[in-house]
Amino acid sequence: MDRRLLLQLGIGAALPTKLWAATPDSPRLLVVFLRGAYDAANLLVPTSSSFYYEARPNIAIAKKDTLPLDANWGLAPAVADSIHPLWGKGQAAFVPFAGTNDTSRSHFETQDHIELGQPDEGGRDFRSGFMNRLAGVLGAGSRLEAMAFTDQVPLILRGNLPVANQALRDLGKPAINAAQAQVIAAMYAHTRLAGTVSSGFEVREEVSREMAGEMEAASRGAIAAKGFALEARRIARLMRERVTLGFIDVGGWDTHVGEGGATGQLATKLGELGKGLALFADEMGPQWSNTVVVVVSEFGRTFRENGNRGTDHGHGSAWWVLGGGVRGGRIAGEQVEVKAASLFQNRDWPVLNEYRAMLGGLFRRMYGLNDAQLAQVFPGASARDIGLV
Amino acid sequence: MQALHRFALCTAALLAGCAGAPLQAPAPGTHGAADTLWLDRLTWGASSADLAAVRTRGRNAWLEAQLTASTPARLPEAAKAQIEALPLNEPLLPLVQRMEVQRKAADALTDDVAKAEAQKNYQQALTKLARDASARQLLNALYSPNQVQEQLTWFWFNHFNVHQYKSNLRAMVGDYEQGLRERSLGRFRDLLGYTAHHPAMLRYLDNEQNAANRINENYARELLELHTLGVGGGYSQRDVQELARVLTGLGVNLTDARPKLKPAQDALYRRAGLMEFNPARHDFGEKTLLGITVKGQGEAELEQVLDLLATHPNTARFVSRKLAQYFVADEPPPALVERMAERWRQSDGRIADVLRAMVGSPEFEASLGRKFKDPTHYVVSAVRLAYADKVVLNTAPMIGWLYRLGQAPYNRQTPDGYPLDENAWAGPGQMTTRFEIARAIGSGSAGLFKVEGEAKDRPAFPQIAHPLYYDGIAPRLAAATQQALGQATSPQEWNTYLLASPDFMHR
Repeated sequence: MDRRLLLQLGIGAALPTKLWAATPDSPRLLVVFLRGAYDAANLLVPTSSSFYYEARPNIAIAKKDTLPLDANWGLAPAVADSIHPLWGKGQAAFVPFAGTNDTSRSHFETQDHIELGQPDEGGRDFRSGFMNRLAGVLGAGSRLEAMAFTDQVPLILRGNLPVANQALRDLGKPAINAAQAQVIAAMYAHTRLAGTVSSGFEVREEVSREMAGEMEAASRGAIAAKGFALEARRIARLMRERVTLGFIDVGGWDTHVGEGGATGQLATKLGELGKGLALFADEMGPQWSNTVVVVVSEFGRTFRENGNRGTDHGHGSAWWVLGGGVRGGRIAGEQVEVKAASLFQNRDWPVLNEYRAMLGGLFRRMYGLNDAQLAQVFPGASARDIGLV
Repeated sequence: MQALHRFALCTAALLAGCAGAPLQAPAPGTHGAADTLWLDRLTWGASSADLAAVRTRGRNAWLEAQLTASTPARLPEAAKAQIEALPLNEPLLPLVQRMEVQRKAADALTDDVAKAEAQKNYQQALTKLARDASARQLLNALYSPNQVQEQLTWFWFNHFNVHQYKSNLRAMVGDYEQGLRERSLGRFRDLLGYTAHHPAMLRYLDNEQNAANRINENYARELLELHTLGVGGGYSQRDVQELARVLTGLGVNLTDARPKLKPAQDALYRRAGLMEFNPARHDFGEKTLLGITVKGQGEAELEQVLDLLATHPNTARFVSRKLAQYFVADEPPPALVERMAERWRQSDGRIADVLRAMVGSPEFEASLGRKFKDPTHYVVSAVRLAYADKVVLNTAPMIGWLYRLGQAPYNRQTPDGYPLDENAWAGPGQMTTRFEIARAIGSGSAGLFKVEGEAKDRPAFPQIAHPLYYDGIAPRLAAATQQALGQATSPQEWNTYLLASPDFMHR
């Protein structure tokens, strides 16, 4: 029986939660979208490239300050205590020269492009994001299995399958009681928002139940997290128990001015992000081995610093792949030597690892999807396995 | 309806010192549901005064009065007094300079504790300035008789968006918004020129950093992509770069100092308030963009380009479509957009004319009641309905609700502005939050009548069941909504259900 219907009948709330919890060992995927285009070259530093140091006289990170990853690359010190240990455990990989074929260099255009995951040519359907299509292919039965931890349902999760959203920054007790929720849901029963409203009540109740555990932990003296770290830990609690496809976005990466190097504006942001993701990994516990976190951003930034010790809109980025089962500790995907001649349009990192092909390859491995299923998630793309898991 | 009358009576009893005017439904057959819907679309929520005006003088007369409205508007005394009490009348230059003095004094302190304290005070003073501007915005939305102008003020701020938390923009958003309000019904070219010279924009999109040989493309790109032509509007990366060169030297100067310039450049220097055009930072080379050649001549180059952009058919189409998305439908009918763009061309981009074409169209009429309210429309219309002419004494709860709903004033971080379509606002989590806010507004005064310094709210109760309700809203409520209202066990719950209903979520 459909839970929505049960809710309308007023008995849904009494159901044991186990009924629609995720299978314990099913793979978990969390997509973290860095909106604003983070400067990949100051996270994954091409330390063997003299051109990098020429192109960034004020904001380059000195080789001695980075954490060496291999002969060519060093990691920004901002994530020394968070992401670097995961790298050491073989649980973090980076894919430089990753991104889209979109060259508009528009944040919004390119974010939409990635979230929709549709072919480069032809019209776009703004009601169909690739994570929603993935959820459909995976047969996500309950709404809670796919969830956006954001104020709005992002494009990436919009589509045929109704998907829940709930930002996890500030959470209080639900103000609408169960009886009132029923009356309100009944007003919407025959409108196009029926599913939205009933799943909203369902999620709200579910989340506050999960978070009750957090208050308990806090009362036992656990360190209170804040900012992204707090959200990341809450996400982990939900993904450990019942959400298998999750999405969160983090803004503030558009460093046109005063970006900084080993320390400064970008380093601070990366530090917070890294700390949150490390906390997430920790909080996932044994489920971490079934979990993959993909950190994406719409494009990279100009390889040369601009006139304001910052960087402008570029092209290729570096995507991160983290997880207990990830084949990490390595730089993955197609690569090219970082020098002036290899820049795209003489300004940006090129894109050698197109995101749809790359994610298709990842999903094939993670979920055992066949070609027909992959074609539903990324129509017109051919999956390329770069051995991320 | 039985249940409603019961609660209407209880409600009156709850109101301390209420005049207790009996609530009467007008005679059957005279209801103004259609006019109310029409007003719901053109205002921040229909009011009895506007409904009366439409029904006595007709829609056209009402619309003409709105489109030719003069500024400042005549607000009710209680609202006007609150706005006048806000410290928003100081001109931007001395205000920002005063804040700069405070900032520098804080930064100069050597004692760490005192410094941290002083820096915090500075930040709080900035935040207070933006809060005061938000209060003015909301009081205007709630009570200005110039309702179309107020909706456009919000629309233009969003179209030419800046984010309050960049640098010291919190000190500037009030001034920026006021200038948009004054120009909101006029020519698009004036809006474009105004924003291109306002320090809030020049700072937000980094053009103050943009100088010859130290190019920063940020503003140039958004000017084409978001403010005028639109992303498919036929410009290239090269056009962006060339426009960035045109924009070099246009920036912000917070001091009274004038840069030392060579005599030849001195005549080209211009200063207006915080805005500065500094020829020493300008690229005087020739530029080629959008099919024209721009000769190096200083500030006049930008005027040439803005003239081109404001009359460009793609701008007419892009901005008309966005207006129609705000006022008509998420996916505006292309034929309507074409007619609006045509009127744009005929009227040299006069917004009042473009709106006349829109409101008079059959597409507009057919769309009434079908547009999902964004959070600002939701919150403002709920408070307008709940308290009508009883002027709220505190808008802080409304700002709080808008934060929870993700559409707080001046708080969109990115230059694209808040989205205008239902998909962005009608997610499951967002609907649940709306219901909680419906409950907050429906259940009591909710802090809206709490005067600073007093311990409790002054007595007030949401009084939805007034003539506007009977006349304009009740006749068109869906059966399921009426049924829910009938199940309410208290006036608070009745209010909550009405404000939570699908009927009230749309305009």
